[in-house]
Amino acid sequence: MSNAKPLHEGLFSWPADTPSLIGTRCLDCGEHAFPSQSACRACSGQNMAPADLGSEGTLWTWTIQSFMPKTPYRTDETPETFTPYGVGYIELACGLKVESRLRENTPEQLTIGMPMKMEMITVRKDEEGTDLLTFQFCAAEEQH
Amino acid sequence: MDVAIVGLGMHPFGRTPTMSGLEQGAAAARAALADAGTDFKRMEFAFGGSQDSGNADSLVNLLGLTGLQFTNVANGCATGGSSLNAAYSAIKSGQYDVGLVVGFDKHDRGAFNPQPADWGLDDWYGETGLMLTTQYFGMKIQRYMHDHGISRETLLRVAEKAFRNGSLTPTAWRQTALSWEEIDNAPMVSEPLNKYMFCSPAEGGCALIVCRADIAHEFHPRPVYLKTAVVRSRNYGSFEVFSPAQPPEVADSPTVTASQAAFELAGVGPEDIDVAQLQDTEVGAEIMHMAENGFCDHGDQEQWLADGMTEIGGRLPVNTDGGCLANGEPVGASGLRQVQEICVQLRGDGGARQVPNEPKVGYTHVYGAPGISGVNILAR
Ligand SMILES: [Zn+2]
Repeated sequence: MSNAKPLHEGLFSWPADTPSLIGTRCLDCGEHAFPSQSACRACSGQNMAPADLGSEGTLWTWTIQSFMPKTPYRTDETPETFTPYGVGYIELACGLKVESRLRENTPEQLTIGMPMKMEMITVRKDEEGTDLLTFQFCAAEEQH
Repeated sequence: MDVAIVGLGMHPFGRTPTMSGLEQGAAAARAALADAGTDFKRMEFAFGGSQDSGNADSLVNLLGLTGLQFTNVANGCATGGSSLNAAYSAIKSGQYDVGLVVGFDKHDRGAFNPQPADWGLDDWYGETGLMLTTQYFGMKIQRYMHDHGISRETLLRVAEKAFRNGSLTPTAWRQTALSWEEIDNAPMVSEPLNKYMFCSPAEGGCALIVCRADIAHEFHPRPVYLKTAVVRSRNYGSFEVFSPAQPPEVADSPTVTASQAAFELAGVGPEDIDVAQLQDTEVGAEIMHMAENGFCDHGDQEQWLADGMTEIGGRLPVNTDGGCLANGEPVGASGLRQVQEICVQLRGDGGARQVPNEPKVGYTHVYGAPGISGVNILAR
């Protein structure tokens, strides 16, 4: 993955052996936020510190994106090569639920409460041919 | 001073290729003025809105330059609710005696096309495929079904009712009832919701004439009184569309807070409501909104739908004109259509879809992104 970089800086630790989601924690009330926030939506305070949100959680809810979205969706796919993807909220150890693409894309593969882990995927290549990365979650245990 | 609704006007929802959104708004306004037996010169103020069809105050170019106060309202799907709320305050305060509330829109076919920057989000959120309202609706009802034991059959029942009621409503866009099999086998859009479980963007216009209650009979022999009009936005923790993260504690939605305030202000309770309009952007929304508005407990919808309690002849008829599912959603006009349908029912003018036993008290609820709800309680 040498010729790769995040699509958007600051969402996850990179480069890293096990990338982790990066958010903020309010020093006044303790609430976490993702992506990073300069002010707290819970208490309106402005004392925010960076927080490592980890890379594991459980599935809180899910759906499946069955057709290729219009703009602002921007990948190298065409309607012919588009592969449906799951979308869900992953409940992290801190309690925050983060919205994410899911590798699993059929109802049979997805159950509320199942353990999930984060992985990197390429959204598209930029003009120089560099892979632009984002996070997604997938089942933490192999499925049969 | 109490507030009365004395004029109802609509340009039918659906598709009118020959008319702009603004022209559909003007047609609705003229119809409402005629229904109230008055003219635009008599209007002292107007509140209006459209999402995609230009500034509502441009309507004066079609209706007449009379010098009235005309305020544009932009509150997403809650635009109509916010416009009526503003008109209610204008009359309640004694500032004005009579005015116009109007909404219209003409959207492109297909789903809305939101841009991340307009919602305070960075581009990655849209580019990676998370910026679709359909995903949010699917995920919210998916969790709700898990938590409260709602079955897929109940989703189908709501869709079936919507199109059946639409088939009884001359102004509805979708006037053909759909069979259980047709709905059941429709293409999936966003699990667990399929094509016939979502409403579509549409076109149309809707207008109301509102006035002081003590002069209402000058305009119409059967005025409907607006007991209260409440709009609330989301609290921290409410699960809303376009949220990259959701706090640990799920808070009450703005629907709950608006509904509770409306019942308190009107001095009535859910058991007093004879007919209701509940925002049904998709079938899950109607189901969740039954409980969020206080009409039943979470999970009771399963039994309510199975027993037909929200049918036109049931204990609480909901979305008697087919709601957003059968009428489509011209955003600026949609919340006013709900109010208009309740007024039609309270006047007794519902024809084939009239709720029996002369309903006296009605309720409307509109909900819109990014977490706004408007509730009106009406009585004759
Ligand atoms: Zn805080």
